[in-house]
Amino acid sequence: MTAAPMLELRGITRRFEKKLDFAGRIAQRLGAPVREEVVHAVDGVDLTVRKGEVVGLVGESGCGKSTLGRMVAGILPPTEGTILRDGRDIKALTGAEARQMKLRTQMIFQDPYASLNPRLRVLDIVGEAPRVHGLLGGAIFDDYVDEQMRRAGLDPAFKRRYPHQFSGGQRQRIGIARALAVKPDFIVCDEAVAALDVSIQAQILNLFMRLRQELDLTYLFISHDLGVVEHLSDRVVIMYLGRVVEEADTETVFRWPNHPYTRSLLDSVPRIENRKRAFSVVKGEIPSPLNPPAGCHFHPRCPLAMERCRVEVPKLREIAPGQRSACHLNDQ
Amino acid sequence: MTAPTLEVRDLQTHFFTRAGVVKAVDGVSFSVGRGKVMGLVGESGSGKSVTGFSIIGLVDPPGRIAGGSILFQGRDLAKLSEEEMRDLRGNRIAMIFQDPMMTLNPVLRIDTQMIETVQAHKKVSHEEARQRARDTLGMVGIPSPDERLKAYPHQFSGGMRQRVAIAIALLHEPQLIVADEPTTALDVTIQGQILAEVQKLCATTGTSMIWITHDLSVVAGLADDIAVMYAGRIVEKGAVGEVLDKPLHPYTHGLIGSVPSRNKRGEALRQIPGMTPSLLNLPQGCAFRARCPRASEACLAEPIMAEIVPGRDVRCIHPHLEAPEAA
Repeated sequence: MTAAPMLELRGITRRFEKKLDFAGRIAQRLGAPVREEVVHAVDGVDLTVRKGEVVGLVGESGCGKSTLGRMVAGILPPTEGTILRDGRDIKALTGAEARQMKLRTQMIFQDPYASLNPRLRVLDIVGEAPRVHGLLGGAIFDDYVDEQMRRAGLDPAFKRRYPHQFSGGQRQRIGIARALAVKPDFIVCDEAVAALDVSIQAQILNLFMRLRQELDLTYLFISHDLGVVEHLSDRVVIMYLGRVVEEADTETVFRWPNHPYTRSLLDSVPRIENRKRAFSVVKGEIPSPLNPPAGCHFHPRCPLAMERCRVEVPKLREIAPGQRSACHLNDQ
Repeated sequence: MTAPTLEVRDLQTHFFTRAGVVKAVDGVSFSVGRGKVMGLVGESGSGKSVTGFSIIGLVDPPGRIAGGSILFQGRDLAKLSEEEMRDLRGNRIAMIFQDPMMTLNPVLRIDTQMIETVQAHKKVSHEEARQRARDTLGMVGIPSPDERLKAYPHQFSGGMRQRVAIAIALLHEPQLIVADEPTTALDVTIQGQILAEVQKLCATTGTSMIWITHDLSVVAGLADDIAVMYAGRIVEKGAVGEVLDKPLHPYTHGLIGSVPSRNKRGEALRQIPGMTPSLLNLPQGCAFRARCPRASEACLAEPIMAEIVPGRDVRCIHPHLEAPEAA
């Protein structure tokens, strides 16, 4: 038997509920049309990430990709479902073991302006966690931080500076140094290059690829930018309104997309090779996750929708080796 | 040949701050023909937005237009009084901003805002103005415009809000629209919808457009001409196909090389080293010198904009004139 995958999600669901307050409950009793609001941010997602892989998670706003990333990183607990790390349920772990496990997954955030404490020096931002968790391993604190900064492409001479003294790209490097300082083997990047200029974005993407080889890292790379995902990922997962609609290796997704949503998404992406062309249009808007359409979530916008799509939720199933898609059309 | 709708000549917009004079726009020249889309591309701090704000006369102190001219249908916008400018703005020239939540008034219904805009420039009855507002909403693809007119901005999604902002810009059928990153905040499928609408509008109404963006891929599909800005100056301009296929300036070259889809999957991206210099402290000579692989002693002298190849203006001493690498 092969080793257990690095990460396995089974039926992960996350709901956000807004309970009615006292006045709301009274109003409801009296027959006012108020009800509890429940957002199904993530709805029954299965996902496997093997060691050394880069998995790209793609979707538009409100599709639950960030919520999923946060659950993987252990920032949010799932409402239902299990997260297995190296084959072990992370909820079953306790004490030191649970702490160890948490450290092994780190997250890099989108906004390098909001994710760094403005009142701490870089030295403390990067060095605090390894010191607290006793990871210095005999090294002198300053030397350890220097090494982390150098690895992320920062000059250690700047370690006594505050975040506001750095540019956006450099701040993102600080975020990367902070994440890597606790020696994780799995990194969740949530739109980690979305806020950067093109030339800086290329630098950070190259850094991600270099670090992957140097440190043998595994990435879950969350992005709305298909160009970036295509470049970096081995496998791509496409989400729409809380559900996975398609999953396959990168080449298959971009060459032979199966799900109508994947196809319209790929058609909408502006590409530098396309000149003066008519932009193709997916009709309609992304529905609110507060009140998603019944059946297949994509059916109101789908050019191929049938009667069945309005009532029955399509199952995500294998349609070709390594390619899974959730569309009723594959049954015909 | 007919005169262009807009001709900007040697525009200089400077900000007089306590720390010194920031030359946000320093000698920018370009022109936009009737019904054409001009893509103004650059990274943060390159001065692309300030160029747009200068055209529509919205540069706030401590900034002001320090030199040059902006000829719009024969009139120099840089020399107009505030009153004359107000007469043009929203009427003959309109602007679309990046964030529609900032441009729409959150406490007024859409109809109030649109009717006000119509009546600001035209003496028409309330009913006629409402009619115009409704037709324009329909034109930008908002379903059931009659009911949507009565909604507040927060009741619209991001994409719909941007459509409303575009509809307001179109109310007086302007000859020129300055669009500052209008689709940057939108999702891909919604961005595709907006781009398709804009394309249709420019083709049918003959409106000229300046599309300011950092995204080369959007400009590739939308614009006729393109101007690339770096540190307050245009470093290269020409027809879209020409510039993107055969970039002459090393900065444009590097920028296109950094786009992930142009590179082979998994390989290191061709990156531009370093970062954009501070406008307060520009290097002597060519501003791109410190990041440029082709820089030499000669670059210490300020390069001038020159037509190196017919129809292609470049500000560089060592342009990429050799045959482009096979992609």
